[in-house]
Amino acid sequence: MMRLELVKRPQRSALFSALSPFIAFALTIIAGAIMFALLGVNPLTAFNIYFIEPISQVWQLHELAIKAAPLILIAVGLSVCYKANIWNIGAEGQFILGGIVGSIIPVLFPQFEGPLVLPLMLLLGMVGGAAYAAIPALLKTRFGTNEILTSLMLVYVAQLFLDWLVRGPWRDPQGHGFPQTIQFGDSAVLPELMPDAGRANWGFVFALVAAVLVWILMSRMLKGFEVRVLGSSPRAGRFAGFGLNRMVFFAFLLSGALAGLAGISEVSGAIGQLQPVISPGYGFTAIIVAFLGRLNPIGIVAAGLVLALTYLGGEAVQSALGISDKVARVFQGMLLFFVLGCDTLIHYRIRLIGLALTKPQDAAKLEAAPKLKEAR
Amino acid sequence: MSANQDGTNLLEVRGLTKIFGTLTACDHIDLDIARGEIQALLGENGAGKSTLVKMLFGSLEPNAGEIFWNGQAVRISSPGVAKKLGIGMVFQHFSLFEALTAAENIALSLDDGSPISSIAAKARALSFSYGLPLDPESLVGDLSVGERQRIEIIRCLLQTPQLIILDEPTSVLTPQEADKLFETLERLRSEGKSILYISHRLEEVKRICDRATVLRHGKVVGHCNPREETASSLARMMVGNEVQAVVRAPVEGIATAQPLLEIRNLSRKPATPFSIPLKGINLNVRAGEVIGIAGVAGNGQGEFFECVSGEVLQQDAASVRIRGKDAGGLTITGRRLLGAAFVPEERLGHGAAPRMKLSENLLLSRHATDGKAFVGTGGMVKSAAIYAAAQRIIEAMDVRKSAPDPEAAALSGGNLQKFIVGRELDRRPSVLVVNQPTWGVDAGAAAHIRQALIELSRSGSAVLVISQDLDELFEISDAIAVMHNGVLSKPMPIAEATFEKVGLLMGGAEPGHAEHTLETA
Repeated sequence: MMRLELVKRPQRSALFSALSPFIAFALTIIAGAIMFALLGVNPLTAFNIYFIEPISQVWQLHELAIKAAPLILIAVGLSVCYKANIWNIGAEGQFILGGIVGSIIPVLFPQFEGPLVLPLMLLLGMVGGAAYAAIPALLKTRFGTNEILTSLMLVYVAQLFLDWLVRGPWRDPQGHGFPQTIQFGDSAVLPELMPDAGRANWGFVFALVAAVLVWILMSRMLKGFEVRVLGSSPRAGRFAGFGLNRMVFFAFLLSGALAGLAGISEVSGAIGQLQPVISPGYGFTAIIVAFLGRLNPIGIVAAGLVLALTYLGGEAVQSALGISDKVARVFQGMLLFFVLGCDTLIHYRIRLIGLALTKPQDAAKLEAAPKLKEAR
Repeated sequence: MSANQDGTNLLEVRGLTKIFGTLTACDHIDLDIARGEIQALLGENGAGKSTLVKMLFGSLEPNAGEIFWNGQAVRISSPGVAKKLGIGMVFQHFSLFEALTAAENIALSLDDGSPISSIAAKARALSFSYGLPLDPESLVGDLSVGERQRIEIIRCLLQTPQLIILDEPTSVLTPQEADKLFETLERLRSEGKSILYISHRLEEVKRICDRATVLRHGKVVGHCNPREETASSLARMMVGNEVQAVVRAPVEGIATAQPLLEIRNLSRKPATPFSIPLKGINLNVRAGEVIGIAGVAGNGQGEFFECVSGEVLQQDAASVRIRGKDAGGLTITGRRLLGAAFVPEERLGHGAAPRMKLSENLLLSRHATDGKAFVGTGGMVKSAAIYAAAQRIIEAMDVRKSAPDPEAAALSGGNLQKFIVGRELDRRPSVLVVNQPTWGVDAGAAAHIRQALIELSRSGSAVLVISQDLDELFEISDAIAVMHNGVLSKPMPIAEATFEKVGLLMGGAEPGHAEHTLETA
């Protein structure tokens, strides 16, 4: 009989902690090569199509920025949650609600135009995402529910609500029955950064600004200190006078607002109207981005670009090789698996334990037996 | 010393070494234990005592060295092997299930599958013959700490060990319960069993031990006959230099001084089925005095500390008053802003965040009271200011560390405690409440902390010290109250207090403390 046991390492290697995402990436490439080979494709060809070609031209870099922007925005917010040991898994739903609430003005009041429209939409998007995130926070603080379950389940509610909206009350009357809202007016569209070079819009700038601000929050401000203390040692946090309930709301509202901002930026920038589906799972992929980026906003920017590439690569292999674009999900899953695996093995080592390796000391046992009577 | 049956010692240890990372916890330890002797293992916290006994009991594997049992080399790879050899251990922290009976707990540790009823009968017989009265049918949750220890001892004796290792057994006992334990140990010795007795209480080591091995920094620094030594000569061996005695200047006019901390009829319902309810506690701590609260661990001291610190709020705002203001409804931050400071019992994870730097841990308790000095506009932390303040405390308290601003977890327990106490003293608080100020702190540092507490009170602050260490309380307190089963006795002026009186109160022998009668049978 053998069993495996994780034994905590006495010391963490700072070097390997820093290298962990890169090791994980290398392992993903190796596993990906095996997968492509099994699919009957030359791995080198496939990797060229998957990872190199999608970013070999300037306009493609713009596409990368479009995909990376929501991932970074959401992941930066989630990093605050996860640092506080609060598990918001529902960013996808907060993203959708941000998109919906932010679209109220262009859909219901299309005649309202001018420079105020866009800032108001972005603000409403943040409010929508934050309000939706407040639900699991309220349930957790009031009733002690598990936020992982409630925030995740609210994703499906949000998805179905959007579906109902665009097929029902918000459907474009002139849309030939297609389930979508009217096209947003010019003043409701997020401008492109460099229209001559590519489609990338201000969403990417928002993402970078958010990353810098959250980095300052977490490393330089008392609030960030509070997040870290409550996340790593809640009892010490209580001793410090930091309220756990307030922190639950802070983390959910902040991450919800950023997810909402990502949602409305995506809708008003990349899409230009509401559709039944406005996200290819950004809210879930951002969880991978947050961990691959070591929950550090600067790392998250890099990780967001890598994960955005897996989306582009997925589309590329589908069109060039006829492989399902679900391969993108496979890459994302492997990346998360390997990064979590590397992190675990940096903190723990695996020990094989044999259950019958030690010889029973029969002699000692025999000698001890008569003493039992003496003792009584 | 009793005779060896066949010329060999029961246990011999040669060159035993255990290395954790860069720390050599045990460095070539040699140790002999003869049959029928009580040998003391002395040393400060961090001297390597626990590591050594964990290797003897099979919980840790040595990096080098040999262990001989009855003259034969053995490899003790697990506690199961140790038990088979005949080594039993009674840990300082009990591993009992509170929702099970004593007999069920004992049955869990025996793997012979005999029925509970026969185990209960054996346990009852054994407990009777050793003068350790115990009802095997009683729920552990209902038992006192002393009774729980008896379960551990009987569980150990049922396995008929030749060598019994006791880790700080009296730290949770009243003086009377400890006396009872010593009788049992002497009885076991007379039956030819050997006992390895780990303690830092020098008086009891002098009283019952035949021989002492002293460890310092992981090395054996000496063997002696404790009966021929004085407490201070033993302390000198442990610490390596003379320990300065604490000076407590008498105070005058205390009776008329203003109470800075007032506890009025404070009660608290138990938060969990096994926590202690607090019942109608009244206490005044005046400017200039140190009040000590004695008591066996687990009699409500932790619950009381949480109530006073504001980690748990009170319904009745007047039940805790700080500097004349009702504070029962204030959070810990609000109470700190009134001038109070708190040092909890648990250092890592409560008083300090383990994975944070000392400077950040300074901010932990002082972000509000020193808001202007440490936090700038917009909530930006002034890292240079907290670093400088942390260095000031490190210097004032002589905190020894390996890096300029290490993580709290990188410090030894004693040094971290010096920092945590220093962090609060540095504020010159008008009220200081401290739970177990020198628990696990070496003698030199403990004297330093105690002196600092006295000086704080003499400068006009009110100091409340909760401690299990009676010697410490007698050294620093102006009056001692005793907490038993959630009830606090009236403070006894130090001039009237004796170990005997306080010990009886700790056992619950006051008219108001009827629920637990003194457990000397």
